[in-house]
Amino acid sequence: MANKLDSKIPSGNIESKWTNHKFSSKLVNPANKRKHSIIVVGTGLAGASAAASLGELGYKVKAFCVHESPRRAHSVAAQGGINAAKNYQNDGDSVYRLFYDTVKGGDFRAREANVHRLAEVSTNIIDQMVAQGVPFAREYGGTLSNRSFGGAQVSRTFYARGQTGQQLLLGAYSEMMRQVDAKTVDLYNRREMLDVVVIDGKARGIIVRNLLTGEIESHEADAVVIASGGYSNVFFLSTNAMNCAVTAAWKAHKRGAYFANPCYTQIHPTCIPVHGDNQSKLTLMSESLRNDGRVWVPKAVGDKRHPNEIPENERDYYLERIYPSFGNLAPRDVSSRQAKYRCDEGRGVNEAGKAVYLDFADAIKRLGEDKISERYGNLFDMYDKITGQNPYKQPMMIYPAPHYTMGGLWVDYNLESTIPGLFVAGEANFSDHGANRLGASALMQGLADGYFVLPYTLGNYLGGTKLEKVATTHEAFKAAAHGVKEEITKMMNIKGARTVDSFHKELGNVMWEYCGMGRNEAGLKKALQEIPKIKEEFWNNVRIPGDANYLNVELEKAGRVADFIELGELMCRDALERNESCGGHYREEYQVDGEAKRDDENFCHVAAWEYTGDNKLSVRHQEELTFENVHLATRSYK
Amino acid sequence: MSGKNINLTLKVWRQKGPKDQGAFAEYQAKNVSEDASFLEMLDAVNEELVAKGDMPIAFDHDCREGICGTCGFVIDGEAHGPMKSTTVCQLHMRNFNDGAVLTIEPFRAKAFPMIQDLMVDRSALDRVISSGGFISTNTGNAVDANAILVPKADADEAMSSATCIGCGACVAACKNASAALFTSAKISHMALLPQGQVERKERAMRMVGAMDAEGFGACTTTGACEAACPKEIQLTNISRMNREFFVANVTKREKHKDGGAG
Repeated sequence: MANKLDSKIPSGNIESKWTNHKFSSKLVNPANKRKHSIIVVGTGLAGASAAASLGELGYKVKAFCVHESPRRAHSVAAQGGINAAKNYQNDGDSVYRLFYDTVKGGDFRAREANVHRLAEVSTNIIDQMVAQGVPFAREYGGTLSNRSFGGAQVSRTFYARGQTGQQLLLGAYSEMMRQVDAKTVDLYNRREMLDVVVIDGKARGIIVRNLLTGEIESHEADAVVIASGGYSNVFFLSTNAMNCAVTAAWKAHKRGAYFANPCYTQIHPTCIPVHGDNQSKLTLMSESLRNDGRVWVPKAVGDKRHPNEIPENERDYYLERIYPSFGNLAPRDVSSRQAKYRCDEGRGVNEAGKAVYLDFADAIKRLGEDKISERYGNLFDMYDKITGQNPYKQPMMIYPAPHYTMGGLWVDYNLESTIPGLFVAGEANFSDHGANRLGASALMQGLADGYFVLPYTLGNYLGGTKLEKVATTHEAFKAAAHGVKEEITKMMNIKGARTVDSFHKELGNVMWEYCGMGRNEAGLKKALQEIPKIKEEFWNNVRIPGDANYLNVELEKAGRVADFIELGELMCRDALERNESCGGHYREEYQVDGEAKRDDENFCHVAAWEYTGDNKLSVRHQEELTFENVHLATRSYK
Repeated sequence: MSGKNINLTLKVWRQKGPKDQGAFAEYQAKNVSEDASFLEMLDAVNEELVAKGDMPIAFDHDCREGICGTCGFVIDGEAHGPMKSTTVCQLHMRNFNDGAVLTIEPFRAKAFPMIQDLMVDRSALDRVISSGGFISTNTGNAVDANAILVPKADADEAMSSATCIGCGACVAACKNASAALFTSAKISHMALLPQGQVERKERAMRMVGAMDAEGFGACTTTGACEAACPKEIQLTNISRMNREFFVANVTKREKHKDGGAG
């Protein structure tokens, strides 16, 4: 079989690749644009910005989301900020430095050309969002404010209080709603994508379930964009919103889109620790807090004194001690692992021994409570509400939790998957972040893909591809819709004894235990024995009450959990095959003094998995990565 | 983190669909951790219902961090429950007494049609936004961000208005089911920024018109919306909206229909 993994990286030096590629891309003349239809699945930052831009250009866009309103997409919850290489602070930033930091931060497992493009367009993103009225923080002179973020030594992060994601999403959403008003975008809310329709080898439409009526609908188009976010909910407890699912991406995978680097998941270091068995999700405290908060644990094992009673010389500010040049701003994977080590040593600070302190006492002394409140007030209030403790008076307690997923559907430089005409944007694709994501880069990638990449690369596809007219009466649509209905009927007819959530929790425990912050061969092999058992029991013993012909939340969850079970298995296989540590993938066998030990000789590649059928082993393909500009080197933040 | 558990009696509005008759049903929520959120308490009740083969209570929720605006219903007559500036997903059980009886019902308003149990359709709010809650700027040619200077005080005030999460609690709390707080927050956000000036009048006219067309009631300034708002959006936004609308109304110009030469 021919290798489908052609990354299509343009030739030329790194600085001119994107410029040259844009020029050599085919154009679609304005009168022809309105003859082309494009489906966008997901309306978070990537989906809404794509729908808005493509609508503006004149294409007929259909946008789909599972939410009641696009403004609910999980991008809304990103707090800290968005990076851009503006160098407004005159502190040595540049496009090249953002590119360099991101390649290094991703532990040399991202494609250089994609990352450079991301750094290039980062400056346009800020301009665009400001023009749309996003109320970023300002200095007294009226210019934009910046702060620094994990993994960076310059201040390049733009922010809107602790609600940057919300403000950016509302910006992209309002631009999309403008196109809805202009009738270039048709919005379909409360719809879940359950299949991609492929005709003559090209993506030509989708099958969705109307979540209110249960109706299975078919929609055709000339191209499909999936922007459905990440899959951290595979862990059950994660920082993701409850409706975040892998379903759209997974269904596309089953239709032939390769899934790349599924084992690359990010564990975020600053979450509110788990409180009990009934907990449904974990809440993130923004990474921006590490600008002023100092992370520590008691020096003595088992020191259970109140934190305010532990004197300075009996505290271990371990990040500052181990990583003096980055200190509390060490990257997320590094900070998370260090927190785990301290807790493994018995120095964890909550009842379960699974937390470390994030202390603002010094910052409050230095800057005053007002300044701290201005910077982080809403985050402090949120912490207070959840835990019942006042972080102005005593340190916060934090612990790492599953957050962002760097893996996703494989795409080439054009963001096109291995199914021609199926494009993937934002967190749903695997590109740009490598094995670890630095702070404030997820919002950047979502908007880069939607506003500045897809409008060119989709145009190039439509301009250069012969597309026959298809209708939803085509056999392929009927077959796909039939398949979707059959699966739903099968699930409804199980009528077993266990709730959907009980399966999700069981899967989540296995994933966290064996494919979480640390992985090893024995654990992954164990998980690969456990997961098929969960799958077997799910398909024989799940209980979904009610029927499928109207709103049925349990049915929605069941479909998503079924997909998570299959994805979980692939994640473990991917983690098992990758005999090295890199970024968020930490194989305990491959380390030097607790730091990740990469194997560039054997694993400097993207692993892209091909689905070969139900209960058959997926096939692993490789895309070799070359580093011509940022030379392969051991990542060090010391 | 208290580690204590409490018991509650819930009177929950159950309604199968928009055309069905609704009624309150009573449930016991036992051994609820004080550290759990209100929605986690409902999750536990739902797990029991499903185990018994009953339909779980349908309620909208997503981020559970108080920011997406998806969750929301009325507890003992108060939208999002008794705590000030708190969404129902961030309402923790330590705020309730052991043995309490709670009445839980959906947001009620003509413009929010019933879907099921505690879920209602708030898409009218999206249509208010698509009528003018944006700045018309196409992608790709914006000027450098620092070319648009915004005084810090204006940016901060715009931000305070922009924090509206569109949950609809203001509508549910208002005796007229008015969406004035929601609409005025967006109008204010944009009217306070230089980027929003060009379309300022058009926006006020269109958004107020859309709000009325959706069937939301008029504002009679009782302030119930402000009291219920989980994001502390202030009534001053409504004053600003009224001023914007008034000015726009008295200074509006007819649109020119002339074609260009060429």
